Amino acid sequence: MHSRGPLRFLGSVIIACAAAMSAAQSPAQVPVRATPATPAGRGERAPDYPVRPPAPPEQVARGQQLFKSNCSFCHGSDARGGETGPNLVRAQVVLADQHGELVTPIVQNGIPARAMPKFTLSAAEIADIAAWLHSQPLSDRGAPSTLDILVGNAKEGEAYFNGAGHCTQCHSVSGDLAAIGAKSDAKTIQNLIVSGGGGRSFGRRSAGAAPPKLPATTVTVTLPSGQAITGDLDHISAFVVALRQPDGTYRSFARHDSIPKVILTNPRQWHIDMLPKWRDSDIHNMTAYLVTLK
Amino acid sequence: MTRTAKLLLLIPFWVPRSSLGGQGLDPALLTKPATDSWPTYAGDYSQRRYSTLTQIDTTNVRHLSLAWVSRLTAGAGGEGGFFGPAAIPAVTGGVAENPVNTPGSTSGTPRLAGSILQVNGILYISSADNAWAMDALDGHILWHYWWKSRGGTHIGNRGMGMYGDWLFFETPDDYLVSLDAKTGQERWHREIADFNQQYFSTTAPVVVGDHVLVGTGDDLDAPGFLQSFDPRTGELQWKFYTVPMKQGDPGLATWASLDAAQHGGAQVWIPGSYDAETHLYIFGTGNPTPAYTARVRGPRDAHTNLYTCSVIAVNVETGKLAWYFQTSPNDTHDWDSTQPSVLVDGLFGGKPRKMAMQASRNGYFYVLDRTTGDHLLTLKFSDAANWAAGMNAKGQLERNPEKDNTIAGSLVSPDNGGATNWYPPSYDARTGLFYVVLRELYSMYYLTSTDPRMMMGLGGSEQDVVGSLGTSIAAIDYRTGTLAWKYRFEGSAGGFGGATGLLTTAGGLLFANDGAGDLVAFGLQGMKPPVPLWHAHIGSIENAAETYTVGGRQYVLVTAEGAVYAFYLQ
Repeated sequence: MHSRGPLRFLGSVIIACAAAMSAAQSPAQVPVRATPATPAGRGERAPDYPVRPPAPPEQVARGQQLFKSNCSFCHGSDARGGETGPNLVRAQVVLADQHGELVTPIVQNGIPARAMPKFTLSAAEIADIAAWLHSQPLSDRGAPSTLDILVGNAKEGEAYFNGAGHCTQCHSVSGDLAAIGAKSDAKTIQNLIVSGGGGRSFGRRSAGAAPPKLPATTVTVTLPSGQAITGDLDHISAFVVALRQPDGTYRSFARHDSIPKVILTNPRQWHIDMLPKWRDSDIHNMTAYLVTLK
Repeated sequence: MTRTAKLLLLIPFWVPRSSLGGQGLDPALLTKPATDSWPTYAGDYSQRRYSTLTQIDTTNVRHLSLAWVSRLTAGAGGEGGFFGPAAIPAVTGGVAENPVNTPGSTSGTPRLAGSILQVNGILYISSADNAWAMDALDGHILWHYWWKSRGGTHIGNRGMGMYGDWLFFETPDDYLVSLDAKTGQERWHREIADFNQQYFSTTAPVVVGDHVLVGTGDDLDAPGFLQSFDPRTGELQWKFYTVPMKQGDPGLATWASLDAAQHGGAQVWIPGSYDAETHLYIFGTGNPTPAYTARVRGPRDAHTNLYTCSVIAVNVETGKLAWYFQTSPNDTHDWDSTQPSVLVDGLFGGKPRKMAMQASRNGYFYVLDRTTGDHLLTLKFSDAANWAAGMNAKGQLERNPEKDNTIAGSLVSPDNGGATNWYPPSYDARTGLFYVVLRELYSMYYLTSTDPRMMMGLGGSEQDVVGSLGTSIAAIDYRTGTLAWKYRFEGSAGGFGGATGLLTTAGGLLFANDGAGDLVAFGLQGMKPPVPLWHAHIGSIENAAETYTVGGRQYVLVTAEGAVYAFYLQ
């Protein structure tokens, strides 16, 4: 799996995380559609696969009309396959075709072996049909979702928030979560319930959702002398721990075995500990509750 | 046939071998464990990535230091540094008049995420559309080859294969290119997949005897296959489809329709292993497509979608299937089973067995008998993995449908990247442990489409990473079916720490990327967790470390941020 898609949508904050991920292979193909503007100001790059220059809208409209009256009976009104005809949007010949030159002989001659009749359409008319076929997206990959994710019970979500979830130990519906339902969409809220902040979108990002600012992990380093230094964790490895003190001073310490003593405190630890324990229904109920906080 | 004609026929056979005293690669090296050279993707065919070298060991590794570093630049080549050597102008190939501009391929810093070959003191390095030869003593670049690309998914390149004086690598726009190792001049190129169907080719060719074994990738919905080419001419020898392509093909009953099978995926994008005794090439296949819904391809239990998400053995001479084992029947999460199959000979259940072991992207570890394909063990190596409802009699996990992509969202681990991915694991012959990079990330999996036809390829899903238990090295003991230990990189919980593969040596060392910018040498302590002994902070590490000897000295080689780093004992 590859994170080029998300990279386009997310700011540079997330890129560091995504870079590690870009190692992995799989979702890589970028859908054949216009490249959105890059918030991080990265240079525009060409699409992976050749994009045909868009045909004039009137040609596409003519092609759709011609397809409807001649082809849709077998191939479906959206060309994605009917009862007898195959999906044309992804057909090899359509993928290779540029302006109807490969489609024309098939339409004009038919495919007797597969019971496709011949059609008396001109090359210009078939070029119109091809233009419409080429205007169809291969899939909805990268397209914004319009499906409603709210299935939960708000009352049960409220009970979980105030009870079994122990959420009120850190959160308050009149404090940090006040009017969250007015500020964020349901999916963003649901993801925040689990993550406690941070997170990264893989398929696509919910519209309008900016990456939330993460509360820092704090670290206390206790030297052999007994002196303790506390600050926000900058980075840590088996060899070095570095922090920033409240006044902005940066300090780093070499580590050997267990010296100095290092204690990390992640403000989102509860959320991490919850990961293996969640029931999806509790997540859905909490979301249904929090979206009501307008 | 005239005598001259007979002689001419012989030439292609003895030309590469005649030059073995020079730069070329003796194919016999390939069946031996990695020692002085690194002649194929994983060092040897077993994919153990375990070196018998002992010059660098737990007692002296703290003295490991930089031998040299060499930065690479992709594309046609610049003018070089003002105070340094002139840039090497690239030998140019490719079919595109005007190459598609892709930073990291046409210009800038390449991503060096593949294996590097080391044969007779020369390193052979590749990235998407680029290849280099480099002196292993000082990092001096001998030549640079650049392929002008017509586009395609430029996700990476896993390295080159070698036969005599000839190199082979794949390009994102679906060509197999053969180069003369001495000059970097192109010998030939062959189109290996249909670009219009959005195939893209990243994997390292593996040379076995007179076969160049070549896989490809695709994220649309084209069928997967493995091909074998003649190293001399580039002629296709055989092509093995990983999904049924016509009526009567085996496995067709595991698909809802022939059309679904023909568009079923199962790409072969990681190099396989080779068992010289049985002549079996053992490799993994990718996910079924559409990736995130089974409605059009597998609505019923019998629809397991063969041979997606499987370990497959084919006879390298014939390209015919010997056996298969499917790790994830009817997968709906894009969790490929392409991870390396590591070949191990040892006792299993008290009996000597020739095994193949795979730690799979789905969070489970499998041990198979590599002669028969018989299933021996399934072990969950990710504590976080929560998608399976149970295991069947064959040792396969069955999906919990509540952990598919759902409209309301399901909290699932692994995330899309998987419990592990392409990063090479390592099997340590001294401890008998299998080490693998383990990512315990969680995502919310959302179904974003109700029309399966719009979910072609990777459509119809949004996945948001919402947390992580951390990134670790897991040590799997196949004899007991347990994890011997798990070394979690500190601070990686809640983060997305990366890791790029492992190397073990008979010096008792494990080399790993800690995800914090360090190449780390760990001292292995058997069943106890390892101890970090040495590190070099070189930035974002891109491939698994390798080791070999040149001039009697053991080197450790790794890449980071477009540069090659060589370490040795000063």
